[in-house]
Amino acid sequence: MQTEVMFAGFGGQGILLSGKILAEAAMDKDLEVAWVPSYGPEMRGGTAYCTVVISDKPIGSPIIRNPMHLVAMNRPSLEKFAAAVKPGGVVLVNSSLIAVTSERDDVDELRVPVTEIAKGLGNPRAANIVALGAFVARSRILDFEVIQAAVRKEFEKKKHFIEMNLAALEEGRKAATP
Amino acid sequence: MNKVLMKGNEAIGEAAIRAGCLNYFAYPITPQSEVAEYLSKRMPEVGGVFLQGESEVAVSYMIFGAAACGERVFTTSSSPGISLMSEGISYIVGAECPAVFVNIMRGGPGLGGILPSQADYLQATKGIGHGDCRLLVMAPASVQEAVEMVMMAFPLAEKYRNPVIILGDGLIGQMMEPVVFPDHLKSAPSNKDDWATSGMETRKSNKRNLVKSLYLDPEALNAHNLKLKAKYDRMKEEEIRYVTYNTEGDYSVLIVSYGTMSRVCRSALESLKTQGLEVALVRPQTLFPFPEKAVFDAASKESCRHVLSVEMSMGQMVEDIERSVQGKRPVSWYGKCGGEVPTPEEVMDAVKDLMRT
Repeated sequence: MQTEVMFAGFGGQGILLSGKILAEAAMDKDLEVAWVPSYGPEMRGGTAYCTVVISDKPIGSPIIRNPMHLVAMNRPSLEKFAAAVKPGGVVLVNSSLIAVTSERDDVDELRVPVTEIAKGLGNPRAANIVALGAFVARSRILDFEVIQAAVRKEFEKKKHFIEMNLAALEEGRKAATP
Repeated sequence: MNKVLMKGNEAIGEAAIRAGCLNYFAYPITPQSEVAEYLSKRMPEVGGVFLQGESEVAVSYMIFGAAACGERVFTTSSSPGISLMSEGISYIVGAECPAVFVNIMRGGPGLGGILPSQADYLQATKGIGHGDCRLLVMAPASVQEAVEMVMMAFPLAEKYRNPVIILGDGLIGQMMEPVVFPDHLKSAPSNKDDWATSGMETRKSNKRNLVKSLYLDPEALNAHNLKLKAKYDRMKEEEIRYVTYNTEGDYSVLIVSYGTMSRVCRSALESLKTQGLEVALVRPQTLFPFPEKAVFDAASKESCRHVLSVEMSMGQMVEDIERSVQGKRPVSWYGKCGGEVPTPEEVMDAVKDLMRT
């Protein structure tokens, strides 16, 4: 089985990091992973995105036109990529910044105000981790403990960030599973 | 062995260190600048040298200097940067010095773009420098393979006293994948006392070594070129590497593709199989020497009607494939060259178009 997640938003929203943590988590479960960033000129100011491919077999094409899931952190990225998501996938919408919907009735659209939740935690920069927690909880792409462990590993060298980011994950989970 | 998630560019830098290379001179250029960024920090940690040259031309001569002194040395660049190094590379080949070059290709010609490309195929395999100058060219299709090829490149460069170039596309540099650094690919630098200008005291010898590419005497230069040719011929005997997919049964189309593009083809091949369409794939891991026989054999299969080169260039590999196929099958091309990597669906469409003809 192969699945793909696209993370998209403004440059600076921690898009690449969310994807990396998910990829690390999947790798630690002995799955094959590829993390593919956008590195074009659009990175400055425009839409930044990365795709994480997770599979139990060696990954063929790392280039994915239609990902299974989408985590959209801002409106341009939802508008750009919502139509590409495969039917049945999770589309996580950062409702703090996005007033519109995916306009899809064949996906699982999950609206979470991740930026506001992160502000409530005292760290607006953790919005990407809130989104990651919400996405993993809803999609069950990996066990939640696995993503928690990956967050601990990611911030191993900055220990004071660990608790805050675990709290962000947890708030995301709560928002996704009422 | 520990598996780590690494960006291709960083993994390439680490692989060189694991291979015992402690000299890295470079000039930054997208999409491979992270190699320099990584090694600017990492080389000093292991007692190595990181040096940013004032240009790629300067870098190529720094490589020449270090290689002539018997040091393991490498650089990384991207397409326009490799063009600038071209003169130095030819000198290094002429002077028979081992060195490793990595080209993380971007779109061209000229400044082109910064997105993935494979449009330096002909440059790497046939026109890397003036004179009868060839490099061993290796093309990785994953970050893991990039690591392994970098680690293999140093002893191979020393075996032939000739530079090796790793030809990756922008995606190989930018993508993160799990990697291990295999212990069995670690190697000790070869003994270079016979030829390197390493200093008579360090090698405890009275023999003077001279490293040069200048041969004004026509007979001597001809003999020198025959010696170089013998090395290229030996590469063709001993260094051809490739992987085949789905060649066991019958198939109507054979794809030849390398690097990232070959992975897209692999996905296309699997999807076509589910639709009852059989396609085979030969993936060259070395581009020079080219796996001529493997391509010939796969194309010669009775059921095979077409050969398709799929590459992110305007068909630069086609002539090598045609040469290998020797007219037995028609060879066509599909690809894109603007920085967009064709998707499996697009490759499938190209294959189906071909099947209809």
